[in-house]
Amino acid sequence: MPSGTLQIRAISGHTGPVPGAGVHREEEVCKYIDTTTCIGCKACEVACVEWNDMPFAQTTFDNTYQTMPSTAWNYWNLIKFNEHPRDDGSLMWTMRKDQCMHCEDPGCLRACPAEGAIVQYSNGIVDFNQENCIGCQYCVTGCPFDIPKFNSTTKKVYKCTLCSDRVGQGLEPACIKACPTGCLKFGTKVDMLALAEKRSEQLREHSGFANAGVYNPSSISGTHVIYVLHDATKPEMYGGLPSNPTIPTTFTFWKSFAKPVGLLMALLAAPVAFFHYIAEGPKEAQPPSRGERHE
Amino acid sequence: MTNGWVDIKNTDMMLIMGGNPAENHPCGFKWPIEAKLERNAKLIVVDPRFTRTAANADLFLQIRAGSDIAFLGGLIKYAIEQNRIAREYVLNYTNASFIVQEGFKLPEDGLYSGFDQSTRAYDRSGWNYEGSGGVPHSGSGSAAGQAPHALAKPEGGGHQAGGPAGAKTTARLPDTVTHDPTLENPRCVFQLLKKQYSRYTPEVVERITGIPRDQFLKAADLFTSIRKDGDMKKAATIIYAVGWTQHTFGTQIIRAAAILQLLMGNVGRAGGGVNALRGHSNIQGATDMAGIFDVLPGYLKMAAPEDVDLATYLKRTTPTPSKPAEWDSFNYWSNTPRFVVSLLKALYGDAAKKENDWAFQYLPKIDRNYSWTEIWNGMHDGHVKGMFAIGMNGVQIGPDTRKNIEALKKIDWLVVGEIYPDETSEFWRAPGTTADEMKKIQTTVYRLPCAGFAEKDGSFTNSARWLQWKNAALPMPGDARLDQDIVAQVFMRVRDLYQSEGGKFPDPILNLRWPYTKPLSPSLAEVARQVNGQALADVTDPASGQVIKAGQQLPSFAFLRDDGTTLCGNWIYSGSWTEAGNQMARRGTDDPSGLGIFQNWAWSWPANRRVLYNRASCDPSGKPWDPTRRQVWWNETAGRWVGNDIPDFKPDSKPADHMGPFIMNPEGAGRLFAPLTAFHDGPFPEHYEPIESPIANPLHPEQSSNPVAKKPTASGEKYGTAENGFNVICTTYRLTEHYHYWTKNNPMNVQLVPEPFIEVPLELANDLSVKGGDKLKVSSARGSYVAKAMVTHRIKPMMIDGKKTYQIGIPIHWGYRGIAEDAGRTDRDSVNALSPAVVDPNAYTPEFKGFLVKVEKA
Repeated sequence: MPSGTLQIRAISGHTGPVPGAGVHREEEVCKYIDTTTCIGCKACEVACVEWNDMPFAQTTFDNTYQTMPSTAWNYWNLIKFNEHPRDDGSLMWTMRKDQCMHCEDPGCLRACPAEGAIVQYSNGIVDFNQENCIGCQYCVTGCPFDIPKFNSTTKKVYKCTLCSDRVGQGLEPACIKACPTGCLKFGTKVDMLALAEKRSEQLREHSGFANAGVYNPSSISGTHVIYVLHDATKPEMYGGLPSNPTIPTTFTFWKSFAKPVGLLMALLAAPVAFFHYIAEGPKEAQPPSRGERHE
Repeated sequence: MTNGWVDIKNTDMMLIMGGNPAENHPCGFKWPIEAKLERNAKLIVVDPRFTRTAANADLFLQIRAGSDIAFLGGLIKYAIEQNRIAREYVLNYTNASFIVQEGFKLPEDGLYSGFDQSTRAYDRSGWNYEGSGGVPHSGSGSAAGQAPHALAKPEGGGHQAGGPAGAKTTARLPDTVTHDPTLENPRCVFQLLKKQYSRYTPEVVERITGIPRDQFLKAADLFTSIRKDGDMKKAATIIYAVGWTQHTFGTQIIRAAAILQLLMGNVGRAGGGVNALRGHSNIQGATDMAGIFDVLPGYLKMAAPEDVDLATYLKRTTPTPSKPAEWDSFNYWSNTPRFVVSLLKALYGDAAKKENDWAFQYLPKIDRNYSWTEIWNGMHDGHVKGMFAIGMNGVQIGPDTRKNIEALKKIDWLVVGEIYPDETSEFWRAPGTTADEMKKIQTTVYRLPCAGFAEKDGSFTNSARWLQWKNAALPMPGDARLDQDIVAQVFMRVRDLYQSEGGKFPDPILNLRWPYTKPLSPSLAEVARQVNGQALADVTDPASGQVIKAGQQLPSFAFLRDDGTTLCGNWIYSGSWTEAGNQMARRGTDDPSGLGIFQNWAWSWPANRRVLYNRASCDPSGKPWDPTRRQVWWNETAGRWVGNDIPDFKPDSKPADHMGPFIMNPEGAGRLFAPLTAFHDGPFPEHYEPIESPIANPLHPEQSSNPVAKKPTASGEKYGTAENGFNVICTTYRLTEHYHYWTKNNPMNVQLVPEPFIEVPLELANDLSVKGGDKLKVSSARGSYVAKAMVTHRIKPMMIDGKKTYQIGIPIHWGYRGIAEDAGRTDRDSVNALSPAVVDPNAYTPEFKGFLVKVEKA
């Protein structure tokens, strides 16, 4: 869902320069999630459903406090609950709010062939425009966090927008506003990283978590959602957070090699097309399909 | 709470036990987190389950449900032995040095002195201080009130010489108490306390609680570390909820916490206190306004049959100072006559006259226990014929659901005011009721659609004693009515009937003061103004000379009179709606001290004080124990107590006069030993087993459970034993995702947690060959409950007195009405079908935690 006040930095399926990019400099934004002070209350889940006006799903008991196994096309924000018995007999019960990580180098955007279906704003938010989505689900395979979810009825893919509609109006995302403990915060990437480093240091020095640290994976050039973890060496124990998230080579190949080559081929094809036009005349364009827009 | 939610941010150490605030008070839990983030405060959580609160703890201990006194007793012993107590505080602010009468016996065999086997009750006259004769100290008495308040925890009961209704003890506290400032006398409270808990060794704690002794010692060391080397700067808080109250010794668990906090000098301090988290948005308000049978508003005692007139009642319920000769005591309850007469004027107006004892005889005289379980027993026995149930789902919230449903079948009529069809209004649809049985039910049910909380204005009193006014946010749907309209319209018709037909005693009904602009729809603002109190004639404050004119709102309870010139519906709320307007609606966010006091946000009883007993935040000379957290202090130049908070004390009492900070006690001192009729089951807490327990009490097997716990009088009560196969301990609780029995009607909450479940340890599941999602049947001596198993690491098997013991937990939220229930997607049992209707002898709270069940595959 685009927001008129946000500057676009990158557009899916688009070659050449992005119109307007770099005209205005914007601070990069970031969502801070301190898993060590999350109480798993699910206020963020409810706020997300309500703000985005999403229909309810029927859930079923699954031997856990977790609402459902993973995020869904109509459930973009999910706290993942995991129990970890420790060697000393004690227990860790981790609660991690799972949602789109708004990667600095977004695999979904790289993978998407539909022009304008995925955009990255200059503040770092990665947003889906369902009106341009062709339902190919390449973004699903491009994402290292299993976030984009396909709706088989609308044939479109959906995910957390980082409340780009709210942020564009100077408001914090709905999940942040609802959080009762302050384990969720929102601000500039610089500020949030500093806060996360400070909290990690406190955990290391005062709470006995020697491996406490910040999750902001460099393999995808960092994310615009960062976590404070009790043990940053084992992100997997927080419900499948990858230590080293990567974008499938198919899509990095697409961008770094195949796409330029394709472009070259297209340029070479241009004279052919020109002569074909001279020979055959113009072809009538099909009317654009009226894709269902998800509000 | 002695303190408040925001004040938790000031703490250095938290013990959360008998409560699960991360799940049940998530918005309040921001303050423990603030303390962790900003002060590096430590959090110890002790609970039968590893909860979402435990997930945030620095140290978690799994305890057997119902063994809390053993744990706290062990902590008391540890604190004394390791000298991690606040000696100066203990000596000057508690009754540690008071000498107890000869003949008082500690319960080494499970019984205190004075037990009468035939009546199963104590003669408590021997639980008293030794008097040294002489006259009461001249500096004390009924000084017109600058500083009153009642206890934040009403369950604490009789802090007066005269006990609750039914107390037959006529003994009174001595005016002058013998004391020993060396604390060496073997009969002084401190030595008795030390002896009482000398039995609570880490070994005994382990046998009873199931907490391995090394873990217990780790927690004891951590909690008491704030008083290492006698340092008084730090403060620790104890936070609890119904995990402590819902036992047959619940009041005594809270007493044990209070004793520990007094010993460590944590009461009255920023970041300290004994803090009850109330379970609903306005439960504190409900108790303040006498939503319990044995008090009047403001915790005034109910009148008893032996109170033949007002003077007799006031003599019984108004305490006189009782203290060492050289100490002073404010004894604020000495103002009881002012509170009572002002209440009678609020109730009966001009009909309350000096000539008729201010209509004292209109008040009901309470001759026995009329608590929740007794009401339902009354319906079950057939002598209670009808019930109004407004704003509560009686079938579900009380123990022994099956009995509750049977009780409703026997009454003539039932009126339910609710926002959803619920289990109470549809008791006849309870699972297992056949069509033939339904036809035989003769009860007429009237279902009234009520307004929801967002559709009403009025005030909420939160756990921190803040009265916060709210406005209606939404119009009422359909034919819904406001609660006060329903009550008013019923009352007016009853009054008309008394008017036209007379009755046995019509006067209290006909003379009830009903001065509302719209009598059939009283405005809550008008009600609140009378609760605050008004002058009926010009009233002058002798101290300041301030005059309140007839008809004006009173500024505080200091203006209340016993001569009929003031009216006040609840003395502790006096000051909430003054001539300056509705103080509850204030929303000032200034906090100059940074202590989270927020003097101009809403209004806190009493007298807008935010931390009770805050005189104790200073040393005896009047200087704050911790100069960085200055709440109040003595200003020598001004000759007054001043501060960031409002002093909870007589403002001009010089430190040299040695007035005790605990102004609601006739001693002025905090009670390590609670004398006379304060409690039914002993002056010190003693560990007793729950009524249903897998073991005999290791301290005294012959007297295993609380000797004065109240079992219901109705016939057919059943209790299970381990020998009969009921060998698993069951506890009940609430989830973040649901609010009692309402939210199963809301699709959002149903999506978050769709179905009932039973949390069982992995090992028990393995024993039963059950995996997560399989159905379990849990049975107690009273009923059974079927739901899916949630197999978890979060509850572990325990070794209790050498026996491997399992605990299970069941959330309470489901029943036979709701979205999933109506769609046939869930089981339709009520968890309170399992729980016993046996109650605490002081607060009458049922034992919802720690009863016995058997568990099998369904």
